[in-house]
Amino acid sequence: MKNRAKFLAYPYLVWMAIFIVIPLFLVLFYSLTKGNIHDPSSLSFSLESYARVFEVNYLKVIWKSFKLAFISTLFCFVLGYPVALIISTVKAKYKSILLMFFLVPIWMNFLLRTYAWMSILSPNGFINRLLSFLGLPTLSIMPGQTAVVLGMIYNFLPFMVLPIYTVLSKIDRSVIEAAMDLGANKIRTFFNVIFPLTVPGIISGITMVFMPAVSTFVISRLLGGNKELLIGNLIEQQFTVQRDWHFGSALSIILMIMILISMAVMSKFESDNDNGGAPTW
Amino acid sequence: MLSKKIIELNNVTKRYNDVTAVDNINLYIRENEFITLLGPSGCGKTTTLRMIGGFEEPDEGDILFDGVRINDVPPYKRNINTVFQRYALFTHLNVYENIAFGLRIKKVPKDEMDRRIKRMLKLVELEGFETRHVDSLSGGQQQRVAIARALVNEPKVLLLDEPLGALDLKLRKEMQIELMNMQKNVGITFIYVTHDQEEALTMSDTVVVMNKGIIQQVGTPVDIYNEPENRFVADFIGESNIIEGIMHEDYLVEFSGRKFKCLDKGFQQNEPVDVVIRPEDIDITEPDKGLIQGVVTSVVFKGVHYEMMVEGGGFEYMIQSTDMQPVGVNVGLTFEPEDIHVMKRGS
Repeated sequence: MKNRAKFLAYPYLVWMAIFIVIPLFLVLFYSLTKGNIHDPSSLSFSLESYARVFEVNYLKVIWKSFKLAFISTLFCFVLGYPVALIISTVKAKYKSILLMFFLVPIWMNFLLRTYAWMSILSPNGFINRLLSFLGLPTLSIMPGQTAVVLGMIYNFLPFMVLPIYTVLSKIDRSVIEAAMDLGANKIRTFFNVIFPLTVPGIISGITMVFMPAVSTFVISRLLGGNKELLIGNLIEQQFTVQRDWHFGSALSIILMIMILISMAVMSKFESDNDNGGAPTW
Repeated sequence: MLSKKIIELNNVTKRYNDVTAVDNINLYIRENEFITLLGPSGCGKTTTLRMIGGFEEPDEGDILFDGVRINDVPPYKRNINTVFQRYALFTHLNVYENIAFGLRIKKVPKDEMDRRIKRMLKLVELEGFETRHVDSLSGGQQQRVAIARALVNEPKVLLLDEPLGALDLKLRKEMQIELMNMQKNVGITFIYVTHDQEEALTMSDTVVVMNKGIIQQVGTPVDIYNEPENRFVADFIGESNIIEGIMHEDYLVEFSGRKFKCLDKGFQQNEPVDVVIRPEDIDITEPDKGLIQGVVTSVVFKGVHYEMMVEGGGFEYMIQSTDMQPVGVNVGLTFEPEDIHVMKRGS
């Protein structure tokens, strides 16, 4: 179809070029060079930065980032799916109230929310004071990985709930009735019909949680102290403290490639599920 | 000999908040019968079907299946399958897996499942479509997958909720014939819901006409058409001239200013009645040979016949005839005593 309003997209194309494509090429350019960034004549082609990424210390950080992001995504899914299911089945008048509960925290500043978790989890925080008041031994989860994961789950859970809820609420009621009509009880109907139909929502939920979780540096710095460095912190440090733009760029490119690979695997999984093959029961 | 009753509805009532969708209906359905619930939208026909399917529970009364009360039996425990209005196919599964859904739940062995699905695909003329995605099928094909998915379970009763509503006229006519043939071949009771009176008359053994949650008439298509029990049925089924009249005595009715012989009896003397004459039962003659004299007020060509309005005897008669008389011509109208149907005056 010929679209006469095509020219309306031009400003957006310009925007994309200036703020997405050019910066991306700049990052790629810095990652492939070495020398003083303030003196263009000193720059020369080099794969040194990429070689550094594969040093054991840095690989460990990358591994930990993916591990924590994976754990958080898993918890978000396990907690978020039932919530989405409940919201989609309650009466219409309670639906918006329940959704509100999940949306209101997003309206608050991200940093503020994470600081709040600091005061809850810190050694002299709310939980430990409550525990010592009750005469129980105190916990030392912050700073540490548990605190980081908790922070990620809290911050990113709505991004899991919303896409799953959207897909769930679009499922035609008669499809569920058809499954029951054909002999499927409620559990069967869920696993053989409802769950497979929500796979697209799950995929986008996972994407929306995993991506920010793997690249976060605020949550890990505030709740992980200095000992839980993630790839996001590493990149941040290269640009703010170390002033090594080349290495920072190389780390960013590697992170981007790894996220792209994760997403490719994910969408492969989705299209496999979508080819109408025999269900897994 | 009549076959046994497979489903019985005794004094069944269903309310939604303050609205009574189904009002104290009594109905039985015999084995291997093709029965149609017919009525305008909101008449309670779909609610009745959903109660038989188990998707709604009656507020009052009992539903019996093979003599056993099934009011609170969930749909997945009933030996009944449904073809839904908008097909409700599983879009994450292909044609084969859609049809296999019920069989997999019943753990039917693989080779038997293959055999039954093959037979179904042949019955609905979709051989070779096994691996096709249901979204890639046309409306008619999706419809046939929905029918196969229900029939493959060999239910005792198949419920069909306006299954042809979304199809175009030509395809609908073809599917009507196909459904009738299928029903004869598989020997399953069909309970069919439609608002299309022509569809109901074409396909059914028995038609149940409903309005406002109440059964108006139950009968064969011929009975329903020729002997409507009240004004609603006469009006809803086909075109009719419904004239107010007075029943003087058995076999003698007065309307349009004169008395006519008829075949109806059992009314009180001088009881006010409604008289039905179908437009195709009226013949046009010379004015002096007619029972009623009138003048043609409009003529519309309908393809097979002309539809003419004739004003005479204090009523505007609709006549369907292949003999066209132009507007403004004086004509006579004749009909036979058996063309006159007298009904009790009422709702």
